[in-house]
Amino acid sequence: MSLTMKSRIPLVLLACGSFNPITNMHMRLFELARDHLHQTGRYQVIEGIISPVSDNYGKKGLVSARHRIAMAHLALETSDWIRVDPWESEQEKWTETVKVLRHHYNESLRSLHFRKEHMRNSWPTERATEDFLSSLDPVSPELKLLCGADILKTFSTPNLWKEEHIKEIVEKFGLVCISRAGSDPVQYISESELLTQFQHNIHLVTEWIQNEISATHIRHALCKGLSVKYLIPDSVISYIKDYNIYTEESEREK
Amino acid sequence: MENPDNKTEVVLLACGSFNPITNMHLRLFELAKDYLHETGKYNVIKGIISPVGDAYKKKSLISASHRVTMAKLATESSDWVQVDDWESSQNEWLETLKVLRYHHQKLASSTPANSLQNAVPLIKPGRKRKQEANRYIPAKKYQLSPETKGVPQLKLLCGADILESFGIPNLWKLEDITEIVANHGLVCITRAGNNAQKFIYESDTLWQHKNNIHLVEEWITNDISSTKIRRALRRGQSIRYLVPDAVRAYIEKHNLYSPESEDRNTGVILAPLQKHARGCKQEQTL
Repeated sequence: MSLTMKSRIPLVLLACGSFNPITNMHMRLFELARDHLHQTGRYQVIEGIISPVSDNYGKKGLVSARHRIAMAHLALETSDWIRVDPWESEQEKWTETVKVLRHHYNESLRSLHFRKEHMRNSWPTERATEDFLSSLDPVSPELKLLCGADILKTFSTPNLWKEEHIKEIVEKFGLVCISRAGSDPVQYISESELLTQFQHNIHLVTEWIQNEISATHIRHALCKGLSVKYLIPDSVISYIKDYNIYTEESEREK
Repeated sequence: MENPDNKTEVVLLACGSFNPITNMHLRLFELAKDYLHETGKYNVIKGIISPVGDAYKKKSLISASHRVTMAKLATESSDWVQVDDWESSQNEWLETLKVLRYHHQKLASSTPANSLQNAVPLIKPGRKRKQEANRYIPAKKYQLSPETKGVPQLKLLCGADILESFGIPNLWKLEDITEIVANHGLVCITRAGNNAQKFIYESDTLWQHKNNIHLVEEWITNDISSTKIRRALRRGQSIRYLVPDAVRAYIEKHNLYSPESEDRNTGVILAPLQKHARGCKQEQTL
C-alpha cells in the first residue's frame, strides 16, 4: 500500500433496501460511490454491504428474504468488494436503519479488535514496544449509508424517521447520496437545519449515465413475461426462473 | 420450416459504431423482440449486430476488430443475437441500405423453399422451376415482393437518434431512406414517443410508410451511451454493470480507450458526408 493510500480513512458503504430483486443499478450505486470517494483523496473504500430488509417489513410483493439474499449473492459473485449480509433480514421485527448501521459498525469494530490482537500476538515481545504496536493498529473504518438522494427528501416527511435517528445517521455515520443529473439534492439539505449542520458528512454524487432500473419495473416485466436481460445479472434471471418467483401466479398468491 | 401461427418472421439488424457495445445496445434487441411479439403478428427469429467499418472515420472510432470482438463477447450469453463482421471487413464505408440488402439477400438465399423463387422476378407461388444453384442476382434487378412467403422480414433496429438523423443534410440519401422504410422497415426504440412521432409526422416519406415504422417506448431511462463509457474510462471510473463483464475485462486487458484513442479521426470528415457532398445534390425534403 502506498503511503498516500495508507493515510486515507478506510470506509465501508452500507445499502439498505428491499432488493426485490437486486438490479444492475443497485450495484452501480456502489461503483459510483466508491469512485467519488476515492477521488476526494480522503477515503479508501474497503467494503460494500448490501443489507436486504426482513420479510416482516410488510411491503406488497416482497418475496422471501431467503430468495432476495440468494439473488444478491449471485449478483455479487463477480464483485471483489461488495457482499450481501443477512443479519437485518434475520431479525424478527423490522429494524430501523440506524440500528442496522450500529450493528455493522460494531461488527467492524469487533473484527478490528481481533485483528489488533492477532497482530500484537504475532510480534515477538522483545520488539513489541507499545508505541510500535500502536503504529500498526489498523484504523477503524467509517461506515456510511449509501442511498439515493431522494432519501434526503423523506427525512422531512412527518413521522417517517425519528429526529434523533436522523441526527445519529448524519452525525455519527454519514451519507453517500446518489442523484441523477439535473436534480438538486442540495436543496433538501438547505431546507433542513439538521442536515445543513452535518452537510460535511453528506456526500452528494451525480449519476451522469442514467440507468434507472427500478425493481418495481423489473417485477412488472417478469410478471408479463417480458425480457429483463442486461438489466439484472443473467444468474439472477436463471434463479428467478428456477424458483418460479415474480410470476403472475406467485404475485397473486401474496 | 412451417410457420403454423402464420406469424411473420422477423430478423432485426442493428448498425452502428458499437464503440464500445453497452448494455443499452443489447437492451434494444430485447425491447424490440418483446414489442413485436406482443403485437401477435411477428416472430423474431434472429438479431444481428453489424459494427461499422473503420472507413466510417467517426471521431474516436477504434479498430473494427476490437469492436467486433467485444460485441461477440457481449452476445455470448444470448441465444438469438449474434454479430456479423461483413460490413466491418469492407474496405470502403457502406451505406446502411447496402448492409440491409446484403443481409436480406443472405436470408433469402438461405430460406430453403424460396431460394429459387427469389432468384427471379415475381413469380406466382407454386410454380416449379429448374434448380439454378449459386445464381447471384444483384439487388437492384428485382423488386422485393412483400408477399413473398418464407423469407423473414429484415428490419433495421435503432434508437430515436438514428431516426432523427435522417434529417441531417447529406448524411442519408433520400432514396435510401425510402427503400429502407418501404422494403424493410424500422423498429425504433424511443424514450418519450412524442419526438419520434412528430418527426415521422413532419416527413412525407416517413409518413407514407409509417405502418412499417414501429416505435417502441422503453420503460426504463437507459442512457448508457458509448460516449459516456469512453469518458468514464478516460477518468479511471468504473463501468461495471453498464457493459457486460466480459467486455469490461477485455477493455481493461487491452487498454482500449484513452485520450489518444478519443482523438482518432479528429478533423476527418465522416465518410457519408464526404461521399454525399460530392454528389452536389439539391437539398431534398425528407
